[in-house]
Amino acid sequence: MGFKVLKSGLLTTVQDAGRRGYQRYGMAVSGSVDVHSYIYANILVGNEPTEAVLEVTLMGPTIEFTSPSVIAITGGDLTPRINGEPAQMYKALRIAKGDVLSFGHIKSGCRADIAFAGGLDIDEIMGSRSTYIKAGLGGHHGRNLQDGDMVEFRRENVIPANIDIREMDPPIDWTGDYTVRVVLGPEEDRFTDAGIGTFLSSEYKVTNSFDRMGVRLEGDVIEHVNDANVISNGIPFGAIQVPDSGQPIIMLSDRQTVGGYTKIATIINVDMPMIAQCKAGDSVHFKAINIYEAQELFVRQKKYYFALRDSFDNYVGKLGSIPESPLIHNNNAVNAGKPAAVKAPENKPADSAGSIPAQQRDVKKTAQAGTFSATVNGKEYTISFN
Amino acid sequence: MAYPLIKVTGDTSLAVIFGDEISNEMNEKVRSFDEILDNEKIPGVYETVPTYCQITIHYAPEIIRYNGLKERLEQLLMRSHHAASSGATVIEIPVIYGGEYGPDLDYVAEHNGLTKEEVIKLHSNPEYLIYMLGFTPGFPYLGGMDERIATPRLTSPREKIPAGSVGIAGKQTGVYPMDTPGGWQLIGRTPLTLYDPRNSNPILLDAGMHVRFVPVNQKEYDEILNQVEDGVYVPKVYQSGSKEEA
Repeated sequence: MGFKVLKSGLLTTVQDAGRRGYQRYGMAVSGSVDVHSYIYANILVGNEPTEAVLEVTLMGPTIEFTSPSVIAITGGDLTPRINGEPAQMYKALRIAKGDVLSFGHIKSGCRADIAFAGGLDIDEIMGSRSTYIKAGLGGHHGRNLQDGDMVEFRRENVIPANIDIREMDPPIDWTGDYTVRVVLGPEEDRFTDAGIGTFLSSEYKVTNSFDRMGVRLEGDVIEHVNDANVISNGIPFGAIQVPDSGQPIIMLSDRQTVGGYTKIATIINVDMPMIAQCKAGDSVHFKAINIYEAQELFVRQKKYYFALRDSFDNYVGKLGSIPESPLIHNNNAVNAGKPAAVKAPENKPADSAGSIPAQQRDVKKTAQAGTFSATVNGKEYTISFN
Repeated sequence: MAYPLIKVTGDTSLAVIFGDEISNEMNEKVRSFDEILDNEKIPGVYETVPTYCQITIHYAPEIIRYNGLKERLEQLLMRSHHAASSGATVIEIPVIYGGEYGPDLDYVAEHNGLTKEEVIKLHSNPEYLIYMLGFTPGFPYLGGMDERIATPRLTSPREKIPAGSVGIAGKQTGVYPMDTPGGWQLIGRTPLTLYDPRNSNPILLDAGMHVRFVPVNQKEYDEILNQVEDGVYVPKVYQSGSKEEA
């Protein structure tokens, strides 16, 4: 059992981390556009971080549960409701059979992700459950969900440990005015110094053209040395193409694998959720950082996920110390996504004999490359990345 | 600029750039280095995307950082720029030319002052190198078309080009793996499936292979199509330079 789609919403698709290893065959990566929110949703319900979720766009669906479940909704605030009552985001929610999840108006952002404890019963194609509509591939019959569709859970009645403490503050305030960090290149030398200066100092507005493939921006014209043509080459997630018009286009999950326009910079992974949550009229500014700083932030984000997961899974009466989210230094970060300061559940007093002081379950910040270790309850946990 | 060149393409990828031209020689460098990377299996590298004259390498910074990977790649580049590539594999793609399958064959002939038969002969003669795949799943970027049949794109693109269509756009030729909008001049169609997501090998072609288009008549086309639909068709493949017709 699972859920029935009563109303499909604007664009509701199954997405996960996307397809790795097939770009060389022309296959788009696909996957969740908001590469962090879907991971938070999975962590909240106790799933593997890259389990498939429902990605909801602007106008959310209405779904009726045909069996009990535990879900979490993250990303943009599209005013989710359960049986008509406002549902808290960034929190594991118990769902009873017959409950109806619906969405109202857009309060902030553009996309929300819904994770289901136990995952969705969707076949993997080329190592992923992601929907790639253009090729009619993956997800639910290779398309967006439609009225009347039934989606089953892969494992039923999965209730994560410590369900009552599984909530966190939203990591970012989706203000609609974002500064995202970029690393310049690979074709930055095809732009004049003035062009680079324009790119890094101007405000760019999101046009009506924003979808899973890319976001077209509009603002001061970025000047090329000659023209915008390059011999077609690979396009990474977050690459910023600038065609002859001088207006930037940010490439997202369903982007084509190769392209022939000059790429001025690539947005760092940590800041991509802001682009995923952009809609027409939002503002974007670009700030250049170097590759070393960018990768430091990337690794910090990974460690943060593992620490967050650990603090939920191995909760013993108090939330442990969590390393800072890389977003804390960004002007859009409101509270760095720390777990919400929750009261200890009544059946588990915070200072019961079994609990340990926070400092004893501290997280080692000197993780070795490829692994991350944390000590919980005197026991050392080593988690491999990737 | 001194090639090969390594450039940042984001916080989880970089490009190894071998030059800035479209040529067999350049593409051979790309493919042989891609083969080396495939054998080397550098921890943290999870995907490589070879194109005309560069390779995009996707990697996990929590396992290997930019400097570490760059150093490793520079070592590999030093010891390996002349890896002998094995003989080219040629795959035959049967094509029915003209008629409803190739509505623009007449125009291509007229534009170039040739007969339809001459266009077919010129198009089906070369062994085209697949420089790379891209645009849509399984779409081959082919090099080596005879310029005598070059024809500009349609002024207004068609909304739907059926899968298997063989077309010409400027000096390029290609074959569409799936239904797509497009502005290419359509000269024929293959009964082969270039892209089948249900197959364990969803993509028929690969970069570095060669393609030869083999003209077939309606009867042969129907027979092959039946075999393809029944999943029993085996494409004809041979080594370049060996006997061409099976």
